[in-house]
Amino acid sequence: MVVEVIIFVFAALGALAGGLGVVAGRLPVRNALSLLLVLGSLAVTYLLLAAQFIAVLQVIVYAGAIVVLFLFVVMLLHRQLGAMSPDRLRWQGPVAIGLSAAFLILMLLTLRFATNAAAPAPAEFGTVESVGRALFTSFALPFEVASVILLVGIIAAVVIGRPASRPVAAPPRSSAPSPVGAPRR
Amino acid sequence: MSVPLEAYLALSALLFVLGTTGVLVRRNALVVFMSIELMLNAVNLTFVAFARQRLAIEGQLAVFFVVVVAAVEVVVGLAILIAIFRTRDTVDIDDVDLLRG
Repeated sequence: MVVEVIIFVFAALGALAGGLGVVAGRLPVRNALSLLLVLGSLAVTYLLLAAQFIAVLQVIVYAGAIVVLFLFVVMLLHRQLGAMSPDRLRWQGPVAIGLSAAFLILMLLTLRFATNAAAPAPAEFGTVESVGRALFTSFALPFEVASVILLVGIIAAVVIGRPASRPVAAPPRSSAPSPVGAPRR
Repeated sequence: MSVPLEAYLALSALLFVLGTTGVLVRRNALVVFMSIELMLNAVNLTFVAFARQRLAIEGQLAVFFVVVVAAVEVVVGLAILIAIFRTRDTVDIDDVDLLRG
């Protein structure tokens, strides 16, 4: 359908504009909001690809949680984020851009535009029910492992983010104790 | 006429390359993290596009797990970023070079 193509073009343009904003923007807040634009545009393409559950997941987890986390960190660090020391690796930028362009050309060369059009998706493809059925039957073990990974992440964030145990008379940096094993206040 | 699979793959390749460029060029650790998220999302788009093409739900499950791991990665990474900022007063990844050979 033509409508589908029009929606895809707009979503793709939004995603690319947001991606450019993430990479090229100077203010971290604008980088984070550009990332939000990318995530929203990709959620639209997921809807076009009959992945309703993944689109909702994208909006809730990525746009709702991860971008907000980025914005919180920008808020915590804002007085330092603008100032950077002078660049010591001047050659890195041009080399990186050249290599990335070569990689992009390599990837685009593999496209053939010869595959058959996808068969129309059945109505239940990509719904919460079908994804959840697969998740809790054949993918039950990876699902449990994912919950353990989330628990590890929570504990790690608490341990790393705990304030230093001795606020006065900070030890010299070389012998500073790792905050991982720091005793409780 | 519907959108061909290759259009999604081309968009995904473009986003992925933008992400690699951001990781390699930018020195602000926060922006590097965002570029990593960009790359993860590009790969997710590939997964979903192939899942649609082959009508295989496993591709969408892979995206589910990528999202879970990305959430954990961001939480731990930003905690490390704040810890570095607290001890060294910088978010420039060129300044964090204690492991330099």
